[in-house]
Amino acid sequence: MASEHEYSKVESDILIIGAGGAGLRAAIEASENNKSVVIVSKSILGKAHTVMAEGGIAASLGNVDKEDNWKVHFADTYIEGVYINNWKMVEIFAKEAPDRIYELERYGALFDRTPDGRILQRAFGAHTYRRLCHVGDRTGLELIRTLEDKVLHTNARILDEMVITKIVVEGGKVKGAIGFSMREGRFYVFQCKALIIASGGSGRVFKVTSNSWESTGDGLAIAFRAGAELKDMEMVQFHPTGMVWPPSVRGLLVTEGVRGEGGILVNKEGERFMLRYSPKKKELDARDVVARCIYREITEGRGTEHGAVYLDITHKGFKFIYDKLPSMYNQFKDFAGVDISKERMEVAPTTHYHMGGIKVDPEEESTNVPGLFAAGEAASGLHGANRLGGNSLADLLVFGRRAGIGASHYADGVKFSPISEDEVQKEIERVEQFTKRKNPINPYELIEELRQNMSSKVGIIRNEKDLTDALSVIRQIKGKLDRIGVAGGVRFNPGLIACLELENMVQNAELMVWAAIERKESRGAHTRSDYPGTKDEFLKNIVFKLENGQAKMTMEPVLKPPKELEEILSEGEKTNA
Amino acid sequence: MREVVLKIKRSEPSVSSVTRFDEFKVPVEEGMVVLDAVHYVEQHMDPTLGVRWNCKAARCGSCAAEINGKPKLMCKTRVDSIGEKITIEPMHAFPVVKDLVTDVSHNFEIAKKIPAFTPKKDAPSPLIMQQTDIMRSKEFRTCIECFLCQDVCHVIREHHSDYVGPKHVVKIASLDMHPIDGIDRSNFLHSGGGLGFCDITKCCQEICPEGIRITDDAIIPEKERVVDQVFDPIGRLVHRIRGSRWQ
Repeated sequence: MASEHEYSKVESDILIIGAGGAGLRAAIEASENNKSVVIVSKSILGKAHTVMAEGGIAASLGNVDKEDNWKVHFADTYIEGVYINNWKMVEIFAKEAPDRIYELERYGALFDRTPDGRILQRAFGAHTYRRLCHVGDRTGLELIRTLEDKVLHTNARILDEMVITKIVVEGGKVKGAIGFSMREGRFYVFQCKALIIASGGSGRVFKVTSNSWESTGDGLAIAFRAGAELKDMEMVQFHPTGMVWPPSVRGLLVTEGVRGEGGILVNKEGERFMLRYSPKKKELDARDVVARCIYREITEGRGTEHGAVYLDITHKGFKFIYDKLPSMYNQFKDFAGVDISKERMEVAPTTHYHMGGIKVDPEEESTNVPGLFAAGEAASGLHGANRLGGNSLADLLVFGRRAGIGASHYADGVKFSPISEDEVQKEIERVEQFTKRKNPINPYELIEELRQNMSSKVGIIRNEKDLTDALSVIRQIKGKLDRIGVAGGVRFNPGLIACLELENMVQNAELMVWAAIERKESRGAHTRSDYPGTKDEFLKNIVFKLENGQAKMTMEPVLKPPKELEEILSEGEKTNA
Repeated sequence: MREVVLKIKRSEPSVSSVTRFDEFKVPVEEGMVVLDAVHYVEQHMDPTLGVRWNCKAARCGSCAAEINGKPKLMCKTRVDSIGEKITIEPMHAFPVVKDLVTDVSHNFEIAKKIPAFTPKKDAPSPLIMQQTDIMRSKEFRTCIECFLCQDVCHVIREHHSDYVGPKHVVKIASLDMHPIDGIDRSNFLHSGGGLGFCDITKCCQEICPEGIRITDDAIIPEKERVVDQVFDPIGRLVHRIRGSRWQ
């Protein structure tokens, strides 16, 4: 072995990877359970992708439509997830979301109000009732800022701009993690009793995406390499409305709130086409449905010159629009030079959310690896084959909290055990080699190739040939990973981060495409032109696990909900029909 | 194809005291922002260029820098709005980590000291608040913590005083003007916060990418409040008896 590398050592009961909504909510809970907590994140505190969430947070408060209750929220979520969700997670979620909202309000969040002073709720796609609590169109910002303030006033230690490259599992359980501080250019070893992954999604695997720079699925990849099971990897949500023009902002989200507040979709010929596809729910049908309709309009030649359809809210007038959707107004004004109170927006689907992720226990958010927990977008099971708008922010709070509790309980029963020095040195060596290769391949070239490949072949409408082609491109890229590299050192070196992210992205992309090939049916966000329609034989979750260095796939039958929930569902089906 | 010349300040103070400007020629695309141009450099010319960014949508406030001498977000500044030559430097009010990246962690140390939101004891559950009453606080909640206002503040830049800076006064105002908040932060602002050092030149207000009227709506009312609470004992007594705070 080469010379010893220096590093800093940090010890805590609980280590949380990711400082978005789920990670911060978990930290609050663990801290209140008197655990020592360290939070690490790739970006600065408060910048996580949660900040981008716009339209709202779903909970059946019944403030606007008093008929609403957890049962309807349960049924909406389960039915739109097309029955491959984990029913227990959906039940817990629908029941606990209202408490989490009121709690957030007690932490200091300021939601928009009803005329009688309660939390205002707006309509969103496929929610039976008006259910989304919101702060204009910047709900995520309010959520993360509130949690950030709360965490800053706990004893949790925050080490931001920290990249975690490995989760250490020895003797069958989690011992900690290894990474480096971008700011200090220094390696860190984190020793912990329990580890929570709250690192968000994988949207940046695609070229056209609404996701932030960070969302490369690092948490999924490092958990997978540590032996964790990944589930529903093929389930990627395409949000119906992303910006299209100018190219610089292609993919940037246009909130569902625009449609929730009365915006309509129109094709080049001026036809309000959703009336044709979905006469009842129209623009507010589920995201997968609306995305496919827009996609079809564009591919059948009824799109604009930039490959888009129009989203029109001009009829509501400037004051209403600026009040309800200020960020959207500014976003189009600043980036596209379009005044949305006078002109129509050009929109097309954009990769938005990964329903798949780390397989977790519904109540404690533990994984198959003892000591490893996951919550938020990095976890899977709640949303099934399609996520409803507003459900992800509520997911962060409900399951972030539960992961904090689960990890605290687990930590009570274990002792620290040191990570072996050999393990540390090997990992530091592995990371540093990217900066030492002679004539390396530029990682950005391969990232571009990967993202292009995913967006063009693994998009809204999939087929066997495209998917197989995509998989072979991914494997070619995988074959080049041992030649990627960059000059410079460890301190704030974007090229080095790109190398590490590329490894993770290739890993995730491969499993996404593999699962998409295996699911020979159409369900929720996963649409196969060669296998239209859902099939009962695929009422299953596709699960991957690493065994002896090889990814192994299994199909697990979905657990059937108990009788009382079945009854709620059949009620729900009648309303949703 | 039209090109633009980027002049980017490079340094890594913990390694060497040398700073230099590197020039890069970047092809221009329609609608391109400065961050796109920097990405082009990073991806095609020099992957070691230190730059911090995240959402590229003016929501997260990560990519603050000084563009042709003006504090701005790189993701929100259109290339076609600033001519053929673009000079990019890191923010001057913070220590440089590398190239365009500065260490803004001091801001979180200040944030920890600001007395947290504390609901009034008699606040109903769930809370009842009127939309009109939350509007004042809401303005401050659009803050994306880009720290440009801290960067442009000449009190922080030139005098290194104990002034917490505009960003944190905005935060305090957002808590103080929360209709249910029940504590008083004027002592903190006066003693620990150094609000008296601000001489209301409004530079912060002018550059806020979110258009928050920092001086008019946060700093001046907070200054008045400090005068009221700290320097005016009779007024303080009246407030205590009447229980009124802002209105």
